[in-house]
Amino acid sequence: MLELKNVSFEVDDNGDSKGIIKNLNLTIEDGKFTVITGPNGGGKSTLAKLIAGLIKPTEGRIYLDGEDITDLSITDRALKGIGYAFQQPVRFKGIRVIDLLRIAAGKELKVNEACEYLSEVGLCARDYVNREVNASLSGGELKRIEIATVIARNTKLSVFDEPEAGIDLWSFQNLTKIFEKMRNENKEGAVMVISHQERILKIADEIVVLANGTVKMQGPGEEILPKIIGTDAAVDACSMLS
Amino acid sequence: MAEVQMDELQKRMIEELADLHEVPVGAYNFRANSKLAGRNTTANIDIVSKEDGSGIDIRVKAGTKKESVHIPVVISASGIKETVYNDFFIEDDCDVVIVAGCGIHNCGKQDSQHDGVHRFFIGKNSKVKYVEKHYGDGDGDGKRILNPVTEVYMEEDSAMEMEMVQIKGVDSTKRTTISKLKAGAKLVVHERLMTHGVQLAESVYNVDLDGDGSSADIVSRSVARDKSYQKLDLCIKGNAACSGHTECDSIIMDDGRILAVPSLEANNVDAMLVHEAAIGKIAGDQLNKLMSLGLTEAQAEEQIINGFLK
Repeated sequence: MLELKNVSFEVDDNGDSKGIIKNLNLTIEDGKFTVITGPNGGGKSTLAKLIAGLIKPTEGRIYLDGEDITDLSITDRALKGIGYAFQQPVRFKGIRVIDLLRIAAGKELKVNEACEYLSEVGLCARDYVNREVNASLSGGELKRIEIATVIARNTKLSVFDEPEAGIDLWSFQNLTKIFEKMRNENKEGAVMVISHQERILKIADEIVVLANGTVKMQGPGEEILPKIIGTDAAVDACSMLS
Repeated sequence: MAEVQMDELQKRMIEELADLHEVPVGAYNFRANSKLAGRNTTANIDIVSKEDGSGIDIRVKAGTKKESVHIPVVISASGIKETVYNDFFIEDDCDVVIVAGCGIHNCGKQDSQHDGVHRFFIGKNSKVKYVEKHYGDGDGDGKRILNPVTEVYMEEDSAMEMEMVQIKGVDSTKRTTISKLKAGAKLVVHERLMTHGVQLAESVYNVDLDGDGSSADIVSRSVARDKSYQKLDLCIKGNAACSGHTECDSIIMDDGRILAVPSLEANNVDAMLVHEAAIGKIAGDQLNKLMSLGLTEAQAEEQIINGFLK
């Protein structure tokens, strides 16, 4: 279980301090598929970075299973069981897909084990294990590999920052199946997905609407979804085309 | 077959240099502390010492396929200074692999220097893969100095692929590579360079594309750590209807410094030449990604550098 208590994050805006996250209180429960939504600029990605440790809150504390992790590094948080899929997957020269999966799994993966993670995200393993994680891969392929690295870690809490961002509609339709499967098979760990997509919101156990740096609404999926449908917190896939 | 006599240190260095764990199959010439330590020739590949003792001639007969030549050099005594001339005469229609390299283990106080001059004369339609590694070791005060010169003369429709690797350990180096290509010849170079401490490394390429349809692709990846300095000077001249590409891609760390000077000269309206150069530190998001997978910052750096120099 992850808890954020009175968390604020401010940035310097030409000498003025600007609040991106404002006195936020939030609990992400184990065994649940939680979707964070809300308008652009509402603080969703900042929240994910605060949880993963890429940035530190200017105020407030963050707890994982009751342990204060606010001052821990990215590495220490990862080792405590936090997984984080970047919104924009990082490219590497000379590091292959299998290398990244091995690092993620923290052990010498056999090729067939690595293949299981790749087929989980709908990639034909044979074509990908030895590819470099570089610009020769498309946005959709990189996104899937990014998700596979988080699955390979088998963590207590997995955070996915806008899996739909930067990929085409066709790839997105396939990607939602991964999350549907993750939701149905998830028993113990907590999954937190940042998304505007109706298809992702529909499978949420819990929806959190974040706007202007604070929680505007929170509750069970079936309760919150009808209230936000048609707003920019919940868009259908076709709006990606417009 | 000639007896190869090397001590443990020399054997270990040969392994580092040539990925060899035992005496290779095929032709070889091992040189240790300025003396011949072993030689083998085959029906198609002959190795003879030059009459004035300044080096060796390697002759590969026309039509030789799938054979290899290994010519590692090891210096484990302090204070040795030598210049060696090795000439490779590859006749027409060959397909061979040549592995060269020099290791210096200097535990003494005097400088050790090896300047190897390798000249390749590659016949029509011949294909050569050349792997060259340089490696320095030892904890004495004496400097390890390597100044390799490589010259490649390519006949029509020949192909040369070069892997040039120098990772750490060499205090001072000036690497010079010169090549001239006739019609249809193809040169591909992958250079990997890492310097640390206060090392100085200079790498110069001068490639002349003289024949129609000739091409060159030179890619240099380098990492400069600590207070080391690198100068990368890659020049391609297009003198015919040809295509050339150079790329310098470098990572700087600590107080490292790099000067990249890619240059192109087109002397024919149908010459197509491109260069790319980039220098920068390791990207923060690369470190963050690997740390989010559980690596420490130092481990993440190591993975990124290893991949980059692969």
